[in-house]
Amino acid sequence: MESAAFYGFSVLSIVAAFFILFSRNLIYAAFALFLTFLGVAALYVLAGADFLGVAQIMIYVGGILVLLIFGIMLTHKADKRDDPSAHNKVEILVKREIWGFLLGTGFFVFLSQIIFSSEFKMAGNSINSKSTIKTIGVELMTSHLLPFEIAAILLLVALIGAAYLALNRNPAS
Amino acid sequence: MIPIQHYLLVGAALFSIGLAIAVTKRHFIGILLGIELMLNAVNINLVAFSRHDPEKLSGQLFSLFVIVVAAAEVTVALGIILRVYGRFKTVDPDDVSELKK
Repeated sequence: MESAAFYGFSVLSIVAAFFILFSRNLIYAAFALFLTFLGVAALYVLAGADFLGVAQIMIYVGGILVLLIFGIMLTHKADKRDDPSAHNKVEILVKREIWGFLLGTGFFVFLSQIIFSSEFKMAGNSINSKSTIKTIGVELMTSHLLPFEIAAILLLVALIGAAYLALNRNPAS
Repeated sequence: MIPIQHYLLVGAALFSIGLAIAVTKRHFIGILLGIELMLNAVNINLVAFSRHDPEKLSGQLFSLFVIVVAAAEVTVALGIILRVYGRFKTVDPDDVSELKK
């Protein structure tokens, strides 16, 4: 049962990722990214990271993806033609396609060779079914307090920077 | 229990696809989609290794920080993309080559 769910969700996320790669329409690609994120969140849950699965859905699907779709719409060039398949097209050069294919497959072959040749000896006992939220909370507030505060500052800086960058400084336009 | 190599293989496949997306797409937001996919693929590896570390959960904490940095990165990148679009009226990274001239 667990392995069926694992392979099902891995196939879902990989197929959706391939759809992003081959889709010429950016809106479709963004929605395929939604499916990929859901599959990855399920993989987190299957690996025993329940809090991270929920955080993945809330941050990526609820925040980042909506932001990306807003970005696609705001940078959309008004196309007066009636052909509905012409919108949001991304043209891809053949040279880029070849380079992307070579880089992707080459990197995948390299990584899978490393994975197959490695022999991991796991020392600790594996995770049991109880929730990870308590451990994550205690660790965040004790041994990872400094990174936690730095992340808070980083988010504040990103918020101010994004608001300043997106500010319309030319009221005429 | 799923062997850890399968998690790593899924992560490697997603990372390679993300790399190919970031190389091939001729659109700023398309490149951003590829980068997000790569960050997620890395998180799968961290979570998979963290399965064998139930007391400290270092991998899960690290991937939590990766998610935070990804969120910050996307907001700033979208702000920059909107500025570039307002100035150059294009979303193709090949057309933004004013410094080359």
